[in-house]
Amino acid sequence: MGERREGAFIPRLKSRGPAPIPVKKGTLVILVAALALAAVLSPLASAKPDGLERVAEDKGFLERAGSFSTSLVPDYLMPGVGNEALATSLAGVSGTVLTFLLAYGVARLVRKRGIEAGDRVR
Amino acid sequence: MHIPDGFLDARTWIGATVAGAGAVGYSLKKTREVLEERQIPLLGMIAAFIFAAQMVNFPVAGGTSGHLIGAVLAAILLGPWAAGLVITVVIMVQALFFGDGGITALGANVLNMAFFATFSGYYAYRLLSRLFGGGKARATGTFIVTFLASWFSVVTAATAAALELAASGTVPLGVVLPAMLFWHVIIGLGEGVITAVAVSFVTSLRPDLQSRQLAGPSTDP
Repeated sequence: MGERREGAFIPRLKSRGPAPIPVKKGTLVILVAALALAAVLSPLASAKPDGLERVAEDKGFLERAGSFSTSLVPDYLMPGVGNEALATSLAGVSGTVLTFLLAYGVARLVRKRGIEAGDRVR
Repeated sequence: MHIPDGFLDARTWIGATVAGAGAVGYSLKKTREVLEERQIPLLGMIAAFIFAAQMVNFPVAGGTSGHLIGAVLAAILLGPWAAGLVITVVIMVQALFFGDGGITALGANVLNMAFFATFSGYYAYRLLSRLFGGGKARATGTFIVTFLASWFSVVTAATAAALELAASGTVPLGVVLPAMLFWHVIIGLGEGVITAVAVSFVTSLRPDLQSRQLAGPSTDP
């Protein structure tokens, strides 16, 4: 196949299944950065209340906050993991991967219909 | 600024859910028209990046923290409609799996962060680019424009949230709006810096995205 150059026109291959979507190195870096961010920096994040929470505290409506459901990974702490930093990291990484898969899936589904309308070449 | 359950009254959260669902539906339609195949992995990765970045709260003054919304980041790289979808996915994962943001408040959070923030920031970006973009110091100009547009997106989202809280009768507008604006004017500075730096970084790796930005992203509404 050979190396794919940045910005090179990538010819579409005829294949039975959906054509593989080329992923440039530059794009992959974003996912790697995301995973690194989630794994390493999320346990270090500030635990202070965010802007809305702070306003709710100051103006006296914070106690209205409730939850109508229990979540799988409440407060970004992976259940069953003793160490809080590790629990946060795991929550972060799993959420990042999940988000990637869902967003990618949505994009693929959306794009599939687009193919029927005809491809655009830019 | 993820609104939890219990802050909004039924009329407001139901209305926001209907409006939010409509916006998402329309985004799917618009994105379908313009999304290129090569953008599919990028869409996934930007969503992942925004999820991760939203976890990393940064301290701002006075015992409060802020976090990235990432609406303008996504809009510059993907166009506003796809950006709306990206942020919607992030918000849904946060609410459904991590309890960050309410379930009834999902519509309002999607409206505020996936649409109001995205479009206000995107149009600010385009307007400012037209007024100040180009010329010799192009990279600096783009950095400043990105910073300002991102800041504006946060302030817009915060205003929308304040209006929703007031409409719900949870807190008077005269109380909540100045308070929300105060904090989010500051938090928006963080959004501005992070977004401008991230956009420079990504476009240095993918120069083909840069021309898309300057010409205006393909998903013009």
